[in-house]
Amino acid sequence: MSTRTFGTRVKRNIDPKFLRGEGSYVDDIDLPGVLHATFVRSPFARAKISKIDVQDALSMEGVMAIYTCDNIGKLDIELPLLIPHDCMKDARTQRPLARDDVYYVGQTVAMVVAINRYVAEDAALLVDVDYEPLPVEVDLEKAVLDSAPLVHPTHPKNIAADLVQVSGDPEAAMLKADHVTKIRVEVERSTAASMETRSVAARYDRVSGELTVWDGTQAPLTVRGGLASIFEMDEDKVRVIAPDVGGGFGQKVMFPYPDELLVPMAAMELGYPVKFIEDRRENFIGSNQERKQIHDIELYATKDGEVLALKDFFLHDTGAFIPYGIAIAQVASTSIAGPYQIPNIHVQFQAVYTPTITITPYRGCGRPQACFAIERAMDQLADDLGMSRFEIRRKNLIADDQFPYVREGLMFADGLRVSMDSGQYQTALDMVEEKIGAKDFPKLQEQARSEGKHLGLGLAFYVEGTGLGPYEGGHIKIHPITGKVYVNTGLSGQGQGHDTVFAQIVADQLGVKVEDVILTEGDSGAFDWGVATFASRAAVVSGNAIHKTAIIVRKKTIVAAANMLEVGEDEVELRDGHAWVVNSNRCVSLAAVATATNPLRYAFNEAAKAATQFAPASKHDGPALDDGQSPGLEATDYFSPACATWAYGVHAAIIEVDDVTCSAKVVKYVLIHDCGNMINPTIVEGQVMGGLAQGIAGTLYEKIEIDEDGNITNANFVDFLVPYATEIPPVEIYHLETPSPLNPLGVKGVGEAGCIAVGATIASGLADALEKFNKPKFLSLPITPSMIFDVISDEAQN
Amino acid sequence: MKTVRKLTPSKSADPTRKISLTVNGETVEREVSVRMLLSDFIRHELGLTGTHVGCEHGICGACTIIVNGESSRSCTILAVQSDGMDLRTIESVAEKGGCLHPIQQAFQDNHALQCGYCTPGMIMNIISEFESNSKIDTSEESIRELLSGNLCRCTGYANIVEAVRDAAERMGKN
Ligand code: FES
Ligand code: FES
Repeated sequence: MSTRTFGTRVKRNIDPKFLRGEGSYVDDIDLPGVLHATFVRSPFARAKISKIDVQDALSMEGVMAIYTCDNIGKLDIELPLLIPHDCMKDARTQRPLARDDVYYVGQTVAMVVAINRYVAEDAALLVDVDYEPLPVEVDLEKAVLDSAPLVHPTHPKNIAADLVQVSGDPEAAMLKADHVTKIRVEVERSTAASMETRSVAARYDRVSGELTVWDGTQAPLTVRGGLASIFEMDEDKVRVIAPDVGGGFGQKVMFPYPDELLVPMAAMELGYPVKFIEDRRENFIGSNQERKQIHDIELYATKDGEVLALKDFFLHDTGAFIPYGIAIAQVASTSIAGPYQIPNIHVQFQAVYTPTITITPYRGCGRPQACFAIERAMDQLADDLGMSRFEIRRKNLIADDQFPYVREGLMFADGLRVSMDSGQYQTALDMVEEKIGAKDFPKLQEQARSEGKHLGLGLAFYVEGTGLGPYEGGHIKIHPITGKVYVNTGLSGQGQGHDTVFAQIVADQLGVKVEDVILTEGDSGAFDWGVATFASRAAVVSGNAIHKTAIIVRKKTIVAAANMLEVGEDEVELRDGHAWVVNSNRCVSLAAVATATNPLRYAFNEAAKAATQFAPASKHDGPALDDGQSPGLEATDYFSPACATWAYGVHAAIIEVDDVTCSAKVVKYVLIHDCGNMINPTIVEGQVMGGLAQGIAGTLYEKIEIDEDGNITNANFVDFLVPYATEIPPVEIYHLETPSPLNPLGVKGVGEAGCIAVGATIASGLADALEKFNKPKFLSLPITPSMIFDVISDEAQN
Repeated sequence: MKTVRKLTPSKSADPTRKISLTVNGETVEREVSVRMLLSDFIRHELGLTGTHVGCEHGICGACTIIVNGESSRSCTILAVQSDGMDLRTIESVAEKGGCLHPIQQAFQDNHALQCGYCTPGMIMNIISEFESNSKIDTSEESIRELLSGNLCRCTGYANIVEAVRDAAERMGKN
């Protein structure tokens, strides 16, 4: 076999295209005659619509059509509830265009289609909508009070869902505890802010009746299924392609956003291609967000620090609608005990409607909130008991021989019980302790203090259930002319490097170069079985599906090559794009094998001659293909994971507080992570680092600011502070590799890993740095300079 | 039922001006709407879609091109303002079908891109810095400073910093 590429730092196949500016994102696709759509959006968080007048707008030169709820036919519906769950009663979802009521600032009220975006925006301003504003409450805690105005009259106290989950016997365990630590933590709302906004383009072919949709989505096959069902078309008449996508981070997984239905509808109706390219402001006010939760967490422990029980109650802001069900809250509630053995858990959440943009997952999906809650609580417990933060964790971490560690009674987001499959938690903690220099830190801290500086060490552990089902597939075909290997899978990429890691998996089985493996993903015209890209699942689920498929193709190739080379199958090896007789220089190219396995009538090239009917190697004593045999070197297979596979890691940081600017400076940041076997460490590190930067962003910079009327007051990149290179510190990344026992490749997901523990780590470091100020510290995210100022200035006054 | 297709107007009521400029070495003459952004002109009129837009308000740097030798944000310039100017976009950087520019190569070698959306803007900005300075300060801090006009949401920047350092070395600018 050729040198194994699995586990090596192979360069990415896709890069040269991007580097030359030859990527093709939705807005780059050349659609002659394309029309542009834009939206009239609600300026009120909650209002009745009494009148919509489109006449002036419609008469503007260059305007082709204006749609309101009255002329969109069967699209005038409440959109589907994507993930139903019993704990939601009468779950509310949005309509593509508002009818009678609006529920958040930014909700789509009308769609304008015009010859260009400039005209469309002008016309949108001329659409005259009369609103009767209603009272609103956007504050999560106040929204559940009896006095709060209701977002939906159907839901008293604005409660969308209420779920209690219990593991073990928390009531009994609490009674046995010597000590209880109670804290309240809060994480604010944020947004994915991918550099490419959401975008969709559609073209309808009136001759073939085929609708083609280019959608910057993480879930092209779901979009295809949804469009076919809503438009009542054959699935085969709808092709959805996720072309190059400029980042997703969860925001692009939900379907349908209104534009994803209305743009195809307009293309079909108007007979011209139509596109909608969201601008940045629309991305802030019109595309889903995540994060706001308030946790009251309690740890019941013995006096020597063993946690016997955990109780957590949290409010989860779900925005005005709940199309994605309770996914985020459920992930948070089932991750709440982190990496610890805590056998008794009582966790309850209430998902709350607020008149704000809908909440669906953003990278991390509930995990950063859960991690922040449990890790800040562990720090507090350590302080309360006079233990070190390393000690308290060491005492409670799940030991290597306790895997699989099951939390009976907690049901994860895949509908299966929480079962953490494998890991080396203690080793990871030891490693981070050493790498951050914990032993020498007290001296450093002492010295800094003597110089009037504040230095702290922060620490946080995280776990991450990854690689959720239900399944993905892989299709592989060796091309008879070029010998190149074509691979398809149904989910889509947004920059993760799927094309390269999947190519590595295939290259290892077939003995070809990584760059000769060509991946098509996210195109329902190429492969149309599968689910989507979310929950750090691509490498686990599609990766293993492709691996299984490659094994089948390898087998077929060896059988056929052995036949051509007239040797036994065990004497054939695949390498360098050829099948070789072992220990000899006899070989045949994979192209020739692929050609020979396709019985031909016509010799279109030299290799094809060998496959024609009178050629010596062809079969002359029966049908060219036996029953059940298929032509070519091709196969399709699927992988369906038994349950989520749990990755984990631990972060540590040394943080310095600047007295003057009240800012937190990361002096050193170390992270250990374990995502099982790594297919490509460079790509893994890229994912971790990217996640970490988003973690820093959410910890120190980013927050969606919503005023009391429900307006987002920082809906732009001037006021919403996405960090530049100057704000992100260098980070040391170290790997542990505990193979997952749950899939053949032994891999776990890594997409979200980096962001989860950053908030808890930096808060922990700041609290340590400012320990001498006797105040509860850093229990909410993001941490702003004024929060630091509040801690420091009190002391100054004293 | 098929409905009658509306006639599309060929243009809007916007006033237009004729502009003439150089783009990637080619002379271009076009009639443009007076309010068209340069970024839209480059992307949709000239079909050079390698220049991206991430915010259209001058913050993200995705639309960075080189205007008269200086890196500039094409989303904050009107197409009519570019009359008589010399523009260079990402499409001019590598040799056609041939080798990548050393900065591009350093990006690939250091895994300095993921989704690739910010990449052209990053590269145009770095090229203009490299061209206007005979030496590049390759300290961590000053490379980060050099990159501080371009947002990247995917990479966390570490590998981009590495790529700049690597490119400076390859080009003898360190
Ligand atoms: S698109 Fe020009 S700076 Fe963002
Ligand atoms: S690589 Fe995706 S934004 Fe930079």
